[in-house]
Amino acid sequence: MTGTGEVLLRIEGLTKAYPGVVANSDVSFAVAPGEVHALLGENGAGKSTLVKMIYGLVKPDSGTMTLRGAAYAPSKPGVARQQGVAMVFQHFSLFEALNVAENVALGMQNPPGMRTLASRIRQVSQDYGLPLDPDRLVGDLSAGERQRVEIIRCLLQDPKLLIMDEPTSVLTPQEVDILFQTLRQLSAEGTAILYISHKLEEIRALCDAATILRRGKVVATCTPREKSARDLAEMMVGETLTPPARSAKAKGAVALEVSGLSVPSPNPFGTSLKNIGFSVQKGEILGIAGVAGNGQDELLLALSGEVRTARDRIRINGEGCGDAGPNERRRAGLVAAPEERLGHAAAPDMSLTENALLSGAVRKGLVSRGFIDWAATRAFAGQIVDGFDVRTPGIWVAARALSGGNLQKFVVGRELSQAPTVVVVNQPTWGVDASAAAAIRQALIDRAAEGAAVVVISQDLDELLEITDRFAALNGGRLTEPRPTQGLTVEEIGLMMGGAHGMEVAHHVHP
Amino acid sequence: MDLSAINPAVLIASLMVAAVPIMLAATGELVVEKAGVLNLGVEGMMIMGAVCGLAIAVEAESPVLGFVAAAAGGAALSLIFAFLTQVLLANQVATGLALTLFGLGLSSLIGQGYVGIKPPPTPRLDFGPLTDIPVLGTILFRHDPVVYLSVLIIAAVWALLKFTRAGLILRAVGENHDAAHALGYKVQRIRLAAILFGGAMAGLGGAYISLVRVPQWTDGITAGAGWIALAIVVFASWKPWRILLGAYLFGGITVLQLNLQAAGARIPIEYLSMSPYLITILVLVIMSADRGRAALNAPAALGRNFHASR
Repeated sequence: MTGTGEVLLRIEGLTKAYPGVVANSDVSFAVAPGEVHALLGENGAGKSTLVKMIYGLVKPDSGTMTLRGAAYAPSKPGVARQQGVAMVFQHFSLFEALNVAENVALGMQNPPGMRTLASRIRQVSQDYGLPLDPDRLVGDLSAGERQRVEIIRCLLQDPKLLIMDEPTSVLTPQEVDILFQTLRQLSAEGTAILYISHKLEEIRALCDAATILRRGKVVATCTPREKSARDLAEMMVGETLTPPARSAKAKGAVALEVSGLSVPSPNPFGTSLKNIGFSVQKGEILGIAGVAGNGQDELLLALSGEVRTARDRIRINGEGCGDAGPNERRRAGLVAAPEERLGHAAAPDMSLTENALLSGAVRKGLVSRGFIDWAATRAFAGQIVDGFDVRTPGIWVAARALSGGNLQKFVVGRELSQAPTVVVVNQPTWGVDASAAAAIRQALIDRAAEGAAVVVISQDLDELLEITDRFAALNGGRLTEPRPTQGLTVEEIGLMMGGAHGMEVAHHVHP
Repeated sequence: MDLSAINPAVLIASLMVAAVPIMLAATGELVVEKAGVLNLGVEGMMIMGAVCGLAIAVEAESPVLGFVAAAAGGAALSLIFAFLTQVLLANQVATGLALTLFGLGLSSLIGQGYVGIKPPPTPRLDFGPLTDIPVLGTILFRHDPVVYLSVLIIAAVWALLKFTRAGLILRAVGENHDAAHALGYKVQRIRLAAILFGGAMAGLGGAYISLVRVPQWTDGITAGAGWIALAIVVFASWKPWRILLGAYLFGGITVLQLNLQAAGARIPIEYLSMSPYLITILVLVIMSADRGRAALNAPAALGRNFHASR
């Protein structure tokens, strides 16, 4: 835990540049055996590139790594695994159509036969309190169970260093507790853990040391328990953060009413919506939480009009419009911003102007008699770029060329600029840096203050607690009764989200 | 119409022969698609195999060398596809279609000198006394080696995909190439190998048409067999044994309608000629009507190009 003891992995002067951007510049730190070491930084700070170099997926331009006193330069992940370095990926490196044992076998250097492997998976999963059935298809597992697959895949190789890239972003609070117990057990057994996150409270609860990265450089090293979350955040961002400001205001009439909404999922591994009902008043923000894959995407599709249903299931300002398509709903005052920025919210190869037209045509009157009013469209796009501080060389730039945060500001800004009465957003700040996230949240609050009913679907609990008036959770396609956000405890939220996912099921399989 | 002229044992024996070309081509395409690559150039690779096989068999007076050359010819054409889609990241659908057109044209050019020439006959495998068993002997033991080879290849591909680590990696690459890459598997190399195998199989299938089924050269000799092979892969839900079923069904109806024509059935010949295509697709559509499960078996990365970024 201290700098004087033995060192498992030492990194010195690691540098990696890509055309136009330096991902890591002269990064140095050390990890001791059994230490839980945090890598803290915003999106784009270079955390992922750094661990990819340690895992042998990316070759550094310069700098050295030492593992257990010997020079360490893995040419590919297989070499890293042989030397005792294992990694759990942020976006799971799993294969949905294959079963658990096959997924585990793919991540191993020399896997034993399938039957031996299955029994070893059962053994390890019991030892570490991570129940898992080797014969189940990964596509049928919850996010928490999928992560178990990844972790067990690593544990079977008896790693000396376990790299975890944002492991908790898809878990319920109870699942996070189980994960932390497992990680503490591993740490006590002498396995070092390199823990990447931007969730400060977690790092303060779990980690022995933290290295903070900003724009590819190490800006600080500290013991996270001795710092406040706010200190850590400001070291990470490099500026003082202001939380969104909001004023108490009167709520208006009900603008969006959903009742008895049941929709089968259009995706084979998706979650069907089951009897969803809620209403949102003008001036109110309703937060919908839930672990990924519990029906968020389907709910957005059903609300935006991409999936249609019976007429009275969805009412906008009292008018039934469940059978209307997206443009009719826009006309009625509902705008939606889906989670997937490239390909769903924006057409990647089209310019910002064209993307502004695609969703703004109806409400901003940019098309008349089939002809496009380009002057008005350019003005609209310019207004979004100026109003929401979208950093771009111009409105002629293709959407794909913008960074995630800037494109998200554009997408959310485009919808909010259409004077909507109902706003539906899914994951408005996913993968967006802290200052852009604060701007987007402020914009949502402002829009609600101007009298719109806002539905925020998000997996970021802190975000929902910060900006919403009422709170509900999606769990297996069902929505809980919305409750006032004020006064909710994390425990209650966890229970609303379904507690520890799949634990009971797994226990039934192996009593 | 004289139906008594149709002998069931001979009918079954000849349907097994008629099914060989599409069975080989479809098996190859199954492996390609399981690796996540959609190669629509099957027809082009088959006809290249047909012309290469015939040319070499005639020149070397050896049907065996002909089949080897056919596999090489099909694989060579598929190498163009592999280079364009895996290295230059060209669109797979467009490249595949272009490959078919190119193959048809090139084969016609090569084949000009071989019109009307008979290739050396491909001998039957000698099973001795087994051949003389009534009915069974006719159905099972009077074929050339390629008929048995095609069934063996189906079995081998099935076992490879189901039981071996190589098969698991192949399926993984077709399922999620980003994850496979993150785990350290060489996505492009695995796909290249699959594409070459698919090309070789299509070439073999084509050569079976020009060396055994017809046996001579005419332009466009494959007559859409490659497209049927593609359809069979999809409707067989990417399962090897269902490909065998689909191919035998197609072969069976082809042979039956020829027999019906010969027996003087009072149905217009045009309807009979189109019936194998129609009925095969109809039956396979009904078999895979349960879309949920069929979709589940489709390789998730099918037709998507992989580029290792970041």
